[in-house]
Amino acid sequence: MSDTSIRPKMERETLRDLLIRKLPVLLVPLLAIAGLLAIGNPASWVTLTAAGLAMGMMIFIMASGLTVVFGLMDVINFGHGAFVTVGAFVGFTVLAWLGGWTAPPSVMMNLAAVLIAILAAMVVTGLLGYAFERVIVMPVYGQHLKQILVTMGGLIIAQQMIHVIWGPDEIHLSRPETLQGALVIGEAAIEKYRLLAVSIGLVLFLGMRHVLKHTRVGLLVRAGVENGEMVEALGYRIRRLFLLVFMTGSALAGLGGVMWGLYQETITAHMGSDIMVMVFIVVIIGGLGSVEGCFIGALLVGLLANYTAFLAPKVALISTIGLMVVILMWRPQGLYPVVKAK
Amino acid sequence: MLTRLLSGDTPRSGILTVFLLLILISLAFAPFLFPGTKSLETAARICIFIVLVASYDLLLGYAGIVSFAHTMFFGIGAYGTALALSATGAGYFPLVWGTVAGAIVAAIFALAIGLFSLRVKAIFFAMVTLAVASAFAVLVSQLSWLTGGEDGLNYRIPRELTPAFKLIGGKVFGVTVNGKVLAYYLVFVASLVLFLIMLRIVNSPFGSTLKAVRDNAFRAEAIGYRVVWYRTTATVLSAVMAALAGSLLAIWLRYTGPATTLSMEIMIDILLMVVIGGMGTLYGAVLGVTLFILAQTYLQDFMGVAAEATSSVPLVSALVAPERWLLWLGVLFVLSVYFFPTGIVGRLRERARASGR
Repeated sequence: MSDTSIRPKMERETLRDLLIRKLPVLLVPLLAIAGLLAIGNPASWVTLTAAGLAMGMMIFIMASGLTVVFGLMDVINFGHGAFVTVGAFVGFTVLAWLGGWTAPPSVMMNLAAVLIAILAAMVVTGLLGYAFERVIVMPVYGQHLKQILVTMGGLIIAQQMIHVIWGPDEIHLSRPETLQGALVIGEAAIEKYRLLAVSIGLVLFLGMRHVLKHTRVGLLVRAGVENGEMVEALGYRIRRLFLLVFMTGSALAGLGGVMWGLYQETITAHMGSDIMVMVFIVVIIGGLGSVEGCFIGALLVGLLANYTAFLAPKVALISTIGLMVVILMWRPQGLYPVVKAK
Repeated sequence: MLTRLLSGDTPRSGILTVFLLLILISLAFAPFLFPGTKSLETAARICIFIVLVASYDLLLGYAGIVSFAHTMFFGIGAYGTALALSATGAGYFPLVWGTVAGAIVAAIFALAIGLFSLRVKAIFFAMVTLAVASAFAVLVSQLSWLTGGEDGLNYRIPRELTPAFKLIGGKVFGVTVNGKVLAYYLVFVASLVLFLIMLRIVNSPFGSTLKAVRDNAFRAEAIGYRVVWYRTTATVLSAVMAALAGSLLAIWLRYTGPATTLSMEIMIDILLMVVIGGMGTLYGAVLGVTLFILAQTYLQDFMGVAAEATSSVPLVSALVAPERWLLWLGVLFVLSVYFFPTGIVGRLRERARASGR
């Protein structure tokens, strides 16, 4: 009897289908290999790849909040850059206070100072995110046009307030002692700070994946992205969930701001809006609403920007736009389209 | 006749009519009513920005598309004229073909961006244009062999349009009618014509369809209008108008640089002008531009006085410092999006309708 029972026929995926499905993931190593071939010199390739990964991770930190907010509530926040800037300014202020901790060459003390600065920045931007959501975004749910305009207005106000509080000049601050300089492996030099950036970004990505895939909140967020009304009908207050996500996204932008500020060692009131260009490109490449896509997009943009800056500095500026165009020609909704026609 | 000239889109509000007439008369006789270089500069700026902002309203107010690349098209037009004039020297022929070439390039760019990003989602367009426009601005400042980089281009325009040229020997109403006044009238007439053309466009069947697409794209598609085609055409039209405004600026200033045409600040200014004046009506652009530029030029003096007066209160004086005028316009902008999304013109028209006119 058991011989004749009907079994569901599971067709094995052919290798070709598997490759096509996994191609977005393979893009990053493919780009790295292409970079190696184009650059030729392995030592500079290692340096550039590390720089690209670090840059990608920082962009990912800033972009992840934006993409989840969009996925969950169909809200696009053009003022996201304000959180980046505010985070950077708060972080720098705290680091300047903790000058005694950043000057001595003790790894623990330096890292502690950076950690405190990051925490302060995240708390401030998180609270700011709360205010931003309540005051600016909440009245315009579901109206894209007004959202874009109002969040843009919020960005203008935030930038001007930074001028009022911190003054109009840019602020310089050197990195803590032990995070300066580079590790030399063979002939390749990798800046220490970039290693820190890569590790923070990686931990964050894995943490986010874990939260989204294996916790109850994550389940609700994913369900909300899929069908918000249904989640509400089941008795969950999606607005509250959204507020939480918005605050987290803002705090992450603040974290990204501190990291970017330390990377550049100079911050200005309009740094946020400058970075937002990159963040938007990444979010579009990844597919609006997708964390994985955002991660891959950020790494691609980071690597490509660094490779082309080395190979052809003039082209570097438009290379990321070119990447976006190519990806959108291939997949008009981005690498991982999450948000269906809303 | 007048209604025909305005394409049937009359102001429909007494107060609005008065304001518009006031602005029209002031601009038409600006060299004689407000003698002096600064006020003539302001008047010309208002004319050019009315075209620029109206063309943006064509996109934002009528088609419901948010673009951040409007300064890019403005810049393309300005650089088209500037490059033609600096390549071949002063003359009307390069002036015309530079302007036309700028408009064509802008149209091609707009077509490419529109076809590419408007198919998916309107919100994509906002992000894509932001990215493209900033890349374009950086590119222009980098390609210094062509565009003069950050310094921009200085060039000569036909002699009849420069202050050195005297049209009549004597003075008219105490003002020497020199080439600068002629140049102003070139800007003024061109702006007026372009504005009336845009008024014609938005009041044509095409304009009505655009509004339908804006209000309910799904239904418009269902009725049988090709939404993508309408949106892309609106983008191209508004880009061409912006490029022509850019050419006017290039002729007026005799200088073209990234700061005067491509900067993000100008994009934000345009956004503020459209929203405060009133989206979805071209008269909103007229009022918004006039108020904004007058505020930009004269509000700062007023705020300086306020800052002096409150100099003993630390935070307040920082808030009302003349450099912070954008802060208050930002607040006004957010408030107007919430409370009167139709802007000043929409408000005035509502009042007129309520009082039973």
